[in-house]
Amino acid sequence: MRRWLLLALTPLLMAQSRPATKPVLVPDVSQREIEIAYSFTGAELLLFGAILYPGGRLPVGETPTDVVIVVKGPVQSILMREKEQVAGIWVNAARLSYRSAPSFYAIVSSRPIKQLVDDRTQAIYELGLDSLQLSPASNAPPAEQDRFARGLVDLKRRSGLYYEAPHAVEITDGVLYRARVSIPARVPVGRFTAETFLIRDGRVLAAATRDIDIRKSGFERFVARAAESHAILYGLVAVGLSVLFGWSAGWVARRL
Amino acid sequence: MDIYLPIANLSVNAIVIVLLGGGVGVLSGMFGVGGGFLTTPLLIVYGIPPTVAAASGASQVTGASVSGVFAHVRRQGVDFKMGGVLVAGGIVGAFAGAWLFRLLQASGQIDTVIAILYVAMLGSIGGLMARESVTAILATRGGRPPRPRKRRHHPLVAALPFRTRFYASGLYISPLAPLLLGFFTGILTILLGVGGGFIMVPAMLYLLGMGTQVVVGTSLFQTLFVTAAATMVHAMTTKAVDIVLAALLLLGSVVGAQVGARFANTVKPEYLRFALAVIVLLVGLRVAIGLGWQPDEIYSVELS
Repeated sequence: MRRWLLLALTPLLMAQSRPATKPVLVPDVSQREIEIAYSFTGAELLLFGAILYPGGRLPVGETPTDVVIVVKGPVQSILMREKEQVAGIWVNAARLSYRSAPSFYAIVSSRPIKQLVDDRTQAIYELGLDSLQLSPASNAPPAEQDRFARGLVDLKRRSGLYYEAPHAVEITDGVLYRARVSIPARVPVGRFTAETFLIRDGRVLAAATRDIDIRKSGFERFVARAAESHAILYGLVAVGLSVLFGWSAGWVARRL
Repeated sequence: MDIYLPIANLSVNAIVIVLLGGGVGVLSGMFGVGGGFLTTPLLIVYGIPPTVAAASGASQVTGASVSGVFAHVRRQGVDFKMGGVLVAGGIVGAFAGAWLFRLLQASGQIDTVIAILYVAMLGSIGGLMARESVTAILATRGGRPPRPRKRRHHPLVAALPFRTRFYASGLYISPLAPLLLGFFTGILTILLGVGGGFIMVPAMLYLLGMGTQVVVGTSLFQTLFVTAAATMVHAMTTKAVDIVLAALLLLGSVVGAQVGARFANTVKPEYLRFALAVIVLLVGLRVAIGLGWQPDEIYSVELS
């Protein structure tokens, strides 16, 4: 709530303090829709745009701005388990559930986040993997929540679903920026958001959001829907297919 | 060649999956095991979610056993009466297994239980088979005439009531014994995503004392129907049957099964049993190591 309030107020505050040099952000993405078809192995998004200064170019004597882009996947409610060694065997012991963990989170910036903003701003805008608002659905002690959060980030990071790329945004002449974000094949379908932040002197000057829809198309969508809404028929087709495959192979083999 | 799996929600290399199916198919044709005990763990290692691996693995086993069943029927290697009793027990077992699966899943201990079950069964059965086949091989090598195998069922089996004749198997035993065996393998089919052949074949040989010539065919017959039932149960409850994954696995395994079935006729059965025993023991050992070894992933995530 506070985050949105601040976001809404940001341009207003900026306008009052420095009316002459308030830059405007014009972002765009290479693809507004990503269709998952049979050969889908992930996608690469190109995020680009312009920083419009009143004079058309970076005013002389101003510190250049930095750009941070956050791409987020749909949130999921998840249950996380932690293994522990009991009598020589690793078994699931402690657990913690989260109501809203992003299924995908990539943050790219022109400089490392820590150099751009302070911890508080980071927390408000959810900038960086250590500032994710996961909303754990329990009142476990903070130490345990921290441990689980680190475990989750580590797990997702290694499967390419969470990542930070501190120097991935290129800014040309202080006015044009671009960055690439790769989306792995194992993301869930749904609405992704790309939030772009313009940052100077530790403050967020402007922010803008673009949506990207990722969905299954063609045969893939047909199969996923059939499995969901016609379960019995789908099961019968799967069994029938297996029997047909096996039988025809036997038939062919006998005639060879 | 990458292909996207619509239910598993990830893309895999199609050739790897086909080859995986092919390797497993050779084993299934040779030994009469479904090969699920290899497919499911291998798919999980490859990165397929465990539920999808178990569910789609089951349909692959169905396909691999069809061609085997036809081949054995032609050689009169299927005892239909025995098979029918086993299937009946197996289908009841599949439903019991589904109930047990949900129970264990809710408590979060399903993976550990599966691994312990694997170790216990693969270890004991592999050991039993290895000892028996080594004795048989040594007897042949030593020039002694191989003793005709004593076809005798276990004393406990003999004690059960309602005896009936199973002509093709050359047995006069109570149908309760195969019914229980079928029930037990049905549970395992759902729980472990395996056909249960690696339990079924030794149990038929050493517990029931069935004739060797019908053991493999009858086991495949039971596997065919029980894995088909398991695929249906998964399609209706977990909705985790990935038809694209299953088709890729099938493509490899049905071809492999034919190759394996031909190869099996050219090798002495005791060597085959020894080879199967070694594979079973190796898989068991791998799972046992995995239990005590510190896992790469201390944390696991599931959707709730």
